[in-house]
Amino acid sequence: MFDMTTLGDDAIAAKGWFESHKYLILRRLSQLGILALFLTGPWFGIWIVKGNLASSLTLDILPLTDPYVLLQAMLSGVVPETAAIIGVVIVLAFYFLVGGRVYCSWVCPVNMVTDLAAWLRRKLGIRTTSQISRSTRFWMLVLTLILPLVVGGIVWELVNPVSMMFRGIVFGMGAAWVMIVGIFLFDLLVAKDGWCGHICPVGAFYSLLGSKSLLKVNASQRQACNDCMECYVVCPEPQVIKPALMGEKKGLSPVILSSDCTNCGRCIDICAKDVFSYGGRHATKIDECKREGEINRGVRV
Amino acid sequence: MSEAERKNEMNRRRFLGNMLKTACGVGLVGLGLGAYSKRASSMPANYIRPPGALPEEDFLGACIRCGLCVRDCPYDILFLGEVGDEVATGTPYFIARTGPCEMCEDIPCVVACPTNALDHDLKDIEDSRMGLAVVIDQENCIAFHGLRCEVCFNVCPIRNRAISLDMQHNTRSGKHALFIPVVHSDACTGCGLCERACILEEAAIKVFPTHLAKGELGKHYRLGWKEKEKAGEALVTPDTEHRYNLPEGMRYDQQGEGLIIEGEAEKTPFSSNPLDTLNSGFMDK
Repeated sequence: MFDMTTLGDDAIAAKGWFESHKYLILRRLSQLGILALFLTGPWFGIWIVKGNLASSLTLDILPLTDPYVLLQAMLSGVVPETAAIIGVVIVLAFYFLVGGRVYCSWVCPVNMVTDLAAWLRRKLGIRTTSQISRSTRFWMLVLTLILPLVVGGIVWELVNPVSMMFRGIVFGMGAAWVMIVGIFLFDLLVAKDGWCGHICPVGAFYSLLGSKSLLKVNASQRQACNDCMECYVVCPEPQVIKPALMGEKKGLSPVILSSDCTNCGRCIDICAKDVFSYGGRHATKIDECKREGEINRGVRV
Repeated sequence: MSEAERKNEMNRRRFLGNMLKTACGVGLVGLGLGAYSKRASSMPANYIRPPGALPEEDFLGACIRCGLCVRDCPYDILFLGEVGDEVATGTPYFIARTGPCEMCEDIPCVVACPTNALDHDLKDIEDSRMGLAVVIDQENCIAFHGLRCEVCFNVCPIRNRAISLDMQHNTRSGKHALFIPVVHSDACTGCGLCERACILEEAAIKVFPTHLAKGELGKHYRLGWKEKEKAGEALVTPDTEHRYNLPEGMRYDQQGEGLIIEGEAEKTPFSSNPLDTLNSGFMDK
């Protein structure tokens, strides 16, 4: 099987430590930075962003509202205020362009927990698998949207670990840490990428939202791939890589088109051969990619 | 059946089987969530929602748990329910005894609410009904012992309308008065300033959610005197008015004063009602 002890060594040797962890570091900065913007108020009295991810107000002018939570509220019969409508349009537009699951890998605080669990799984060599299907999250999404219609309240928000963790950090955690530890243990011991990749309806919602997004990861240098398989190991949604990376003979686009892709960029970091890069959705012409690749290589040499 | 067909059939069965399993699992989660949501929507009696909050059931559908009301409260009285609290996770509340609503005129918490869970139609804070104050312990409220307190009456921001003092005879001493605080639901906003101010170790006046604090008359009830007012005349044959045979210069008022000896009214600058003296200086408010 795959040797976990040398995972990432090739990339570090080829590109250096920083370059082979670039997007990981940027993602942590993004996740922690967003939390910091919400925390300067309650901690230091400097109010930059008020509220939490469900709805916030930045510098007393910019409203941002989570479309998934607002949708649940509207299904239980709410007519939102203008600020919420403006906020939700901005958020929808943003994720529609950059990819819905950018929320998962660049914003969501639970991602730090599940990434830690995945990292520890690799270190400890835990290989448990579960029967849970990756489509479960879409069933969960349907469920969370039906419940407000039946029960008449935002039921999912009573237990949603994503909002609980963020709200917990900003407003007070209570016993919510139990749930976060639960997710950590579930991902560590029961199923690889169990929460984010299989169950979480928030990710499912954002996945649908970004299904036509413009920003995509592109295996533009796929002819340079040496089949080391490291991208599959670190990817939280490894099923999305194969069509783009291995699909040259079938004439498939090198762009990772699946909306399950979180645009986290771990594949870009881990690849010693620089196969992957961020690019546009429509950068599909292979010739063009090759040319771009040559130019890139030229710059690097 | 050919090999390929059988394989297809097997795949189809496996696919349907897996889908059914997932659907059942998610369905069970749904049942659990539904049951939990019923339990989680109960609130302790001393947890009061912010001004303008919709009725609890609607509120739980409308509030997206963003905490903007908490942030915009200038007195920092609002909290979001945490996991383990007996209130729906992430929803705002305050506890009157420790931090009552100060009744801001511009109602910033309502303005901040992005979803109308706090009703934006609420423009005058005096129209809000967060709960209702109740003089819950008449054994320990010192006004009932004939002691002068009136703190709740004095801190009430809707002075003399939400809480008035009712003068009663002190039967213990036989010669003093009791000034009993009485809450009027047509004016009380449930802000809880009275509860915080109550001088007892444990407040004798407390704010409760309105549905706990109020009784309700049976829908079939008709109050005779109101019906009479509506009709403009008595609905039953009126009693013949009783007449006394009194000496000259005397009358008898059936409705209130009793025996009236004309020309004997006392000339005094003070009202016969001590509450007028207590309220002097406030009445022009």
